[in-house]
Amino acid sequence: MIIGVLGESSPGERRVAATPATVGQLLKLGYEVVVEPGAGRQASFADEAYAEAGATIGDPYEADVVFTINPPEPARLDRLKAGATLVGVFSPRLNEELVQEFARRPITVLSMDAVPRISRAQSLDVLSSMANIAGYRAVVEAAHAFGRFFTGQVTAAGKVPPAKVLVAGVGVAGLAAIGAAGSLGAIVRATDPRPEVADQVRSLGGEYLAVQAADVEVSSTGYAKEMSDDYNERAARLYAEQCTDVDIIITTALIPGRPAPRLITERMVASMKSGSVIVDMAAANGGNVEGTVAGEVVTTANGVTIIGYTDLAGRLPAQASQLYGTNLVNLMKLMTPERDGRLVLDFEDVVQRSITVVRDGTLTWPPPPVSVSAAPKEQAPKEIAPAKASEKPKNRTLPVVGVSAALLFLLTALAPVALRGHLTVFALAIVIGYYVIGHVHHALHTPLMSVTNAISGIIVVGALLQLGHGGAAVTALSFAAILLASINVFGGFAVTRRMLAMFTRS
Amino acid sequence: MTIETASQAAYLVAALLFILALAGLSRHESAKLGNTFGIAGMALALIATVALAIDDDLSGTGLALLLVATGIGATIGLYRAGKVEMTGMPELIALLHSFVGLAAVLVGWNGYLHVEADSDGAEAAALAGQDLLGIHSAEVFIGVFIGAVTFTGSIVAFLKLSARINSRPLTLPGKNLLNLGALAAFVLLTVWFVIDPQLWLLILVTAVALALGWHLVASIGGGDMPVVVSMLNSYSGWAAAASGFLLSNDLLIVTGALVGSSGAYLSYIMCKAMNRSFISVIAGGFGIEAGPSDDTDYGEHREIQADAVAKLLTSAQSVIITPGYGMAVAQAQYGVAELTRKLREKGVDVKFGIHPVAGRLPGHMNVLLAEAKVPYDVVLEMDEINDDFARTSVVLVIGANDTVNPSATEDPSSPIAGMPVLKVWEAAEVIIFKRSMASGYAGVQNPLFFRENSAMLFGDAKERVNDILRSF
Repeated sequence: MIIGVLGESSPGERRVAATPATVGQLLKLGYEVVVEPGAGRQASFADEAYAEAGATIGDPYEADVVFTINPPEPARLDRLKAGATLVGVFSPRLNEELVQEFARRPITVLSMDAVPRISRAQSLDVLSSMANIAGYRAVVEAAHAFGRFFTGQVTAAGKVPPAKVLVAGVGVAGLAAIGAAGSLGAIVRATDPRPEVADQVRSLGGEYLAVQAADVEVSSTGYAKEMSDDYNERAARLYAEQCTDVDIIITTALIPGRPAPRLITERMVASMKSGSVIVDMAAANGGNVEGTVAGEVVTTANGVTIIGYTDLAGRLPAQASQLYGTNLVNLMKLMTPERDGRLVLDFEDVVQRSITVVRDGTLTWPPPPVSVSAAPKEQAPKEIAPAKASEKPKNRTLPVVGVSAALLFLLTALAPVALRGHLTVFALAIVIGYYVIGHVHHALHTPLMSVTNAISGIIVVGALLQLGHGGAAVTALSFAAILLASINVFGGFAVTRRMLAMFTRS
Repeated sequence: MTIETASQAAYLVAALLFILALAGLSRHESAKLGNTFGIAGMALALIATVALAIDDDLSGTGLALLLVATGIGATIGLYRAGKVEMTGMPELIALLHSFVGLAAVLVGWNGYLHVEADSDGAEAAALAGQDLLGIHSAEVFIGVFIGAVTFTGSIVAFLKLSARINSRPLTLPGKNLLNLGALAAFVLLTVWFVIDPQLWLLILVTAVALALGWHLVASIGGGDMPVVVSMLNSYSGWAAAASGFLLSNDLLIVTGALVGSSGAYLSYIMCKAMNRSFISVIAGGFGIEAGPSDDTDYGEHREIQADAVAKLLTSAQSVIITPGYGMAVAQAQYGVAELTRKLREKGVDVKFGIHPVAGRLPGHMNVLLAEAKVPYDVVLEMDEINDDFARTSVVLVIGANDTVNPSATEDPSSPIAGMPVLKVWEAAEVIIFKRSMASGYAGVQNPLFFRENSAMLFGDAKERVNDILRSF
């Protein structure tokens, strides 16, 4: 089969759906590749480079599988041949009209942004790969508009404080932004309604600011959900505080199929320092920031620059094309099980089912929902384990303590005076023993055991006291006991010493 | 101040030093100091006791015997301690426990010979005057019983650990009844002995206890040995405490109780790590009902060669090594340490993930890795490392099986279901060092071997690790 790569016709789009490198991979899967003349020019890929990689420069509309990024306009759609498969990023959730437009034609349409968030499909996840680039670019754009260094410096000309960056929303884009801003030397903070991302933030050197709220949300789709009013109120307070402090805000909060949540109000923007920069990565969906204009840079009265570019990923065209192209290659790998250049659409496969918008002219959108993400997977084993574990201590500890207390009570109450003192010492020593080793480091279990073993050689004291009292039998037995216990005492301490000497820190 | 009061004071200080010793052993930084505290406490206790004995008209012969016995014991102990291989540590500790047990039996017998057998003697008269004779008889019995159980139990554990006898659990018909019967017999005999202290009763109870100790440990499988060893450690403490009651010696009581309760707690930690109740481990037979009888088709396993592993490791960003008993058996710890060093030099992040019951002794793997000079701060325990596997490029499973078995979390019908395991399968690549495709101690097949991201490196762990080192 032939794969055709369209040149992008949308204004300002500089990416392309295949690069010379991905062309090579597609050929290996058994396909022929036809690239529209000049398709990769804006992303710095010359036609010659494609030809060198093995592609033909020609008319891609004749191909069986057509790669694009943005949806082609109806006139170009008409040129596709019947039975062709069109692959691109079409936002079918938001774009009802376009879906209808597709369905009027005898073609199959696959939308790469509908890939479910399951680990198997990560290699096809265009949203992630583009968000990664966009997050990086957002920091670069902010740095460009920001009149100062990111990193703190002490120079002969004075001290420069580091810039403070707040990243709102820790998805892929947010994480990329945290990493990029951190590596430029800024102090990075990040917020997100999902507390489980805190570790990811820290792993990139950022500080996680938690919104203190009663209800925390774990979404079963892997994306953040809309939050409750109470939560929003607390979050707003957090943002208001941060706005007066930070120099740069990068907002990435998106909820699939909904307008972007409003995180930063006009008042908060007005409270920011002059020269501050906001990059609103959700600008295309209405923006997280009040005052954002999609695709534009605006400067407020108090000197805050709000960047609302909607093509952040496209501003790194070569990189974005490469990653997008690789996502498409991975899709082709999935759909070409025989590696023979024949595309097979398997509706049993949840990934392929999810991305199919139209199949041979029949509307298949929306697909059945797929429940994904780590959340349910983590819960499953927990359901089995705690059921047993949590019951046991509750049901057992109390009776055990009760029975032991009663026994000890009876024993002490009935015991003669001489024994009572011993029992007191005994009971207290048990408790001390328990607590004293309660926090033993796991690596020291063996040395601990050998040292307690040495200490239990204290029984030698008993044998010593018996020696020389009574007849020969007593003496002989005591002698043996002393001998045995001494082996323990000396051997135990010596071996512990030897072991401990081996533990070293790197 | 008399020798008597001075020795009492010394005992108190010694007891406190022992507490400090155990507390010191909790952390790496203070561990050596803790051991020193222990030695100081023991020295103090011994000096005080010898002074007390001399003060109590110990004859010249007695003193000579004392010194000779201690000298011989010290020589044997120091010699064994200096010579033992770190892989042989479990056996040594089990053997040492048996000494304490036997010493407790001997002390108990002495108590009998001293008092009950010598009913006209001064001590017997003194005890009778305080109406303590019956108590003393009971104490003799308890001390002898615990001591004898510890003694034979430790001997069996030692034999199993050193592979002198088969480590498979012994299953006598009605084994639980046998154990309970022995306990009941002990109670009855104790009552009888208190009423009428006869020598044959003491002999009988010693025999019963010896048999019970033997049977108890013989019916526990080799896989549960970490629990058994720490349980025996606890018993040896209780035996010392029982002797303390017998001799009215608070130092023995305190020390015995310390060792007893700390050993019991350690056993409890081990049991929790295997998700089994302490009772069921002691009652024996982990994994006997779990015959590898299932016919589930797990698919094909993938084999890999040492040079391919070397390539994989050099290109990896992070590596976690999860060792098991197989590493100890093959003595592969030095090769593993060398591998760790080389990878760290190349900038690969290498960590170790240790399952709480890996090996045959709590903390066994840590000792082996420390011996081979692996820095302890890269050796992490299961809970610390389990979330890191998903972000890890390569996991090397060296001689571990049940502790990395995904069925424990995924298959509720598995015999090891619910046991916490190292989630190695979440890593990008898992290399399993193994002799063959045989199942582990629990006798459960391990689906990990058949996963897509798993590859088997067959052969002796030490040789294979050396092969990898050569391929760098």
